[in-house]
Amino acid sequence: MPEKLLCAAADLSDTTARIFEVEGVEIGVIRHNDTVVAYRNICPHQGGPVCEGLKMPRVCDELDEQKRSVRQSFDTTEMHFVCPWHGWEFKIETGEAIGDPKIRLSRYKVIERDAQIYVEV
Amino acid sequence: MTMPQNPLNYSSDADPAIKEFDTTKLLKNARKQALERNYKDFFICDVDSHHYETEALPEILQYMDDPVLRHLGLSAGNVGRAGLIPQAIGSQDMAGRVTRYPGRSKETVPPTPHRDITLTRRWMDALGVDMACLFPTPMLLLATHPQPEVEVAMARAYNRWLCERILEEDKRMCSMVYLPINEPHEAERIIDEFAERKGVVGFLSTGYLKRPIHDNANMRIFSKLEEHGMPLGFHAVYNWSDSSLSQLNKFISVHALGFSFCNIIHMTNWVMNGMPERFPKLRTMWIESGLAWIPFLMQRLDNEYMMRTSDAPLLKKKPSDYMREMFYSSQPMELVDNKEALEVTFKMINAETQLLYSSDYPHWDMDLPSTIYDLPFLGEQAKRDILGGNAQKLFNLEPTMSEWKLEAQKAG
Repeated sequence: MPEKLLCAAADLSDTTARIFEVEGVEIGVIRHNDTVVAYRNICPHQGGPVCEGLKMPRVCDELDEQKRSVRQSFDTTEMHFVCPWHGWEFKIETGEAIGDPKIRLSRYKVIERDAQIYVEV
Repeated sequence: MTMPQNPLNYSSDADPAIKEFDTTKLLKNARKQALERNYKDFFICDVDSHHYETEALPEILQYMDDPVLRHLGLSAGNVGRAGLIPQAIGSQDMAGRVTRYPGRSKETVPPTPHRDITLTRRWMDALGVDMACLFPTPMLLLATHPQPEVEVAMARAYNRWLCERILEEDKRMCSMVYLPINEPHEAERIIDEFAERKGVVGFLSTGYLKRPIHDNANMRIFSKLEEHGMPLGFHAVYNWSDSSLSQLNKFISVHALGFSFCNIIHMTNWVMNGMPERFPKLRTMWIESGLAWIPFLMQRLDNEYMMRTSDAPLLKKKPSDYMREMFYSSQPMELVDNKEALEVTFKMINAETQLLYSSDYPHWDMDLPSTIYDLPFLGEQAKRDILGGNAQKLFNLEPTMSEWKLEAQKAG
């Protein structure tokens, strides 16, 4: 697969995806857990710009030893893209929809080499 | 006591990508869908969309007859404090995750035309919508206001403002204007005042009325609508304070059930009390509850009716037969993963002639025209009818195509 140069590695943020247009397709690229991931910027639900949404942690319910609900909390070890159109959430690490892992973002292979970011398309 | 640290900030204001909010930019993928599917070739009418009328409250209050209420609204500073419109509890923006909620109010627009016209045109043009039936947002709960005179005064002022500032100014926008059914004599006056106004295509009842819809006090309202040839829309709302719904603890729970519950109650009363037999020329449209509730209710009511027809002596056919003659808006359509169920639903409600596309934009669960256009079981003509043709017939519309479509048609 041909590689396309996107940007310098230093230009990538770990808070907000950068959006690149490669051969007419928008790709969102973000640094995540010391690696770089890239997804097509299209939500499988209704086509929203999913990579442009907020990056937010998973919300968890905390139960006590008697399984009573205590409170909710953020799990920052699992971060999500939240589609800005309808709020569908996807694991940044894998692109899986939180509500149904059979639904996934289209993923691209990313190469970080010589301080540059390339994507295979 | 040591206060817990809360260093996390996931707000849209913290995100440089969406700090400068622009509807056209947010919806650029919708515009791509419109181009890919050649929406330029046909008319699309959105029969349920919204604006935030409370942002224009100082303007609206200029149209209010009652000087004391007008002063109250203008002096309080904002609508919540004025107590003129009940406020819904519930996180439509999902704790800031749906970024157009905090972004929209800060969106920059030119000084003219009216801000609501600019914002509405932006999303219409992105979605490929040519004409939109515009409804208020917090005012959908106005019927629950404990002071009936406030409901009437707000309804009249809002309708006047909407007609003069929005509908007169832009022929791509229309509305089914607010009908204060809790006060029947005032509702009749509202029909007389607004039935002939430019852009008024019907009248709107919202949920949670103080008397059931079939109450004898309402019959003159329905006669008058029938005389004017104006359809009556039922726009569902959720009301978390409803005694059944108040047991639910999640916003999505009450949202999922509340809208359908609201339409189910009104529809059941409407059909079982023989309203379609009493007012055979009055067309009704049932707005914003998805579609799954309709086959459910058809089956439930038919089953009960056949066992106890004496309970509904005005009926000359089964409840579902009446329901199949009514009109429905599409959003929020149940889209997850069961196209077969959706196809059966479309057949059961005669969707090809009775279903009308709606977006509900800018609300959190909005649907694009592609939710209809991409359905594999619909033919091209059925898609076009649901997206625009059925609305054109129901509302007797003169279709006004968007400028970008006209230009695209010229360009071939």
